[in-house]
Amino acid sequence: MHAFYGVGSASLSPSIGLIFFKPQNTNRHFGVFFIYSAFLFWFLCYAHSIFPLPPMRMSPLDHAELVALVERMPAFPKSVQRVVQLTSNIDVSAKEIVQVIECDPVLTVKILKVINSAFYGLSQKINSVQRAVVHIGLNTVKNLAMSVAAMGMLNTSNKANFSANAFLLHALTTAAISRKLAERAGLSQQECSDCFVAGLIHDFGKVVFAEFMPEQFKLALTKSREDNVSLHLTELEFIGMNHVEAGTLLAEKWGLSELLIDAIRHHHGQPVDAFGECLFAANQISKQLHFGNGGNPVVEPFPEAIVNRFGMPLEALIESLGNLGTVVKDAELFISH
Amino acid sequence: MKFKFWGVRGSIPTPGPQTVKYGGNTTCIEIRTDRNELIILDAGTGIHTLAQTLLKDMPITAHIFITHTHWDHIQGLPFFIPIFFKNNRITIYGGLDPVTGENINRALSAQLQYSYFPIHEAQLKARIDYMTIRPGETVSTGSARITPIILNHPVLNFGYRVDCDGSSLFFTGDFESPANIYQSEDDDYESYRFFLGEKHQEIIKAMNGVDALIVDSSYTDEEYAIRVGWGHGTYRSGIKLADEAKAKRLFLTHHEPTRTDADLDLIYQGLLEQHPQFADKLFIAREGLEVCL
Repeated sequence: MHAFYGVGSASLSPSIGLIFFKPQNTNRHFGVFFIYSAFLFWFLCYAHSIFPLPPMRMSPLDHAELVALVERMPAFPKSVQRVVQLTSNIDVSAKEIVQVIECDPVLTVKILKVINSAFYGLSQKINSVQRAVVHIGLNTVKNLAMSVAAMGMLNTSNKANFSANAFLLHALTTAAISRKLAERAGLSQQECSDCFVAGLIHDFGKVVFAEFMPEQFKLALTKSREDNVSLHLTELEFIGMNHVEAGTLLAEKWGLSELLIDAIRHHHGQPVDAFGECLFAANQISKQLHFGNGGNPVVEPFPEAIVNRFGMPLEALIESLGNLGTVVKDAELFISH
Repeated sequence: MKFKFWGVRGSIPTPGPQTVKYGGNTTCIEIRTDRNELIILDAGTGIHTLAQTLLKDMPITAHIFITHTHWDHIQGLPFFIPIFFKNNRITIYGGLDPVTGENINRALSAQLQYSYFPIHEAQLKARIDYMTIRPGETVSTGSARITPIILNHPVLNFGYRVDCDGSSLFFTGDFESPANIYQSEDDDYESYRFFLGEKHQEIIKAMNGVDALIVDSSYTDEEYAIRVGWGHGTYRSGIKLADEAKAKRLFLTHHEPTRTDADLDLIYQGLLEQHPQFADKLFIAREGLEVCL
């Protein structure tokens, strides 16, 4: 972000300085002044087509503002419809409600944010919606979901041309594959469930950008796609922050567990533990197999630690996982149900 | 420490000839420490009768702990007469509602609105403080230590453990022990069962060894079968809790509103016959019952 603004300011400042140029002797210098003015007019109107500059944001992305905006962020359309439909029935099945929440990144983080706040007395952070239900009660969780549903729903097609459904398919398949890999890596049952949550919410920052900064995000998406550059790099260029930073910042602000925060923080870098490695690998597998679309065409090679963890590189790992068709089918069923 | 029941009814006050013995007021329990400090658990309609006994001792200091904000546990607050007199100091304690984000002050302010009550909150003369408390964090009020724990109900509900003068009591507020939402063939059944077990142990630990356990036991087993998820316990679940927590005495409260005195007498007899080991430590809560610990 700062590098971008530095470039922008440096390029524009000489021209802006010219605006305040006031010749001492108007008659003698009129010709020079006219030339200067004509050059300035040309520069401001056309120079950008010859010397393209990155688009100028009106103001830097403010972290506090980002957090406040996300407070009012609605959930995914199908989840909202399901929550409204299910909660209108007083005899609703509890597990159906929980399933809807567990498959929606926005609903999940909003429940985890509440349950992990200091007001509800958990000695350890939790990553599980089910455990939230046990601790704070089904009706409270149900009403939290209803209050999110009352905020409306994310647009299926927004100004960023970022498909909510394609994104959700990427998130859900990454979640399911993360859990599978965690099982394979011998993580505990709880960590396997937590890996699903990590997969579901790892790209949360993108949903925020699509909702609140669609124009800049669209530029980042376009450049990523056309130049085959990782989206988190083009986001930096156009938004001044990438979805990794945004997701990490929000996860920290919401008081989520260190396990989830670290997994989000390193999902495009070097994971720091087996948990993060499962998420990293699952994300690449989901992209490689084109399960949905998270907007990033670049499949990153496994760092050495991940190759060692599973004893094989990406392609071989995909092969060894067998048919992942059911993973996609389950996710699609949820999205289109 | 001693305590006294001023309201034992659930849901709605039930005055009338059928409820003379056990009483028709909704939940309110007065606790007095050996130093005569006043702690009140819940402000159902029973708090009005309690208030009458306090007028002669004004100015008073009272600590009111609200288990949850359902109507039958806060309805008496505007009728707690000391709030209208100067020099009384009243502190109201409760949790932060996770859905509304509102603190416990709303329990009183919401009732003192023009449409519902003739006196506005700003016109109250007592000094009233509100304390947002957190589960697991002990609050000291004079010589007593009060520790809340979240217990399952359709709204945030605190059970309170009170330790004072070498004795202890635990009041559940409204509480239904939650069931597994999955069937045994579901993938998530075992993990959910684990979470339930973990929470149950936390609850038993909070109640462990108390001299008096006061439990929501609204229903018979037959009634409960068609009221699962309503947020209340049964006679059986109350006895099970007391057994597991090794409570010295058990008081069954939050009587179902249609329950008559005769019904309660009959139920009590039945329970004593079924659970002879509880013969000298099982009681049905009734208005006016005072217990020294």
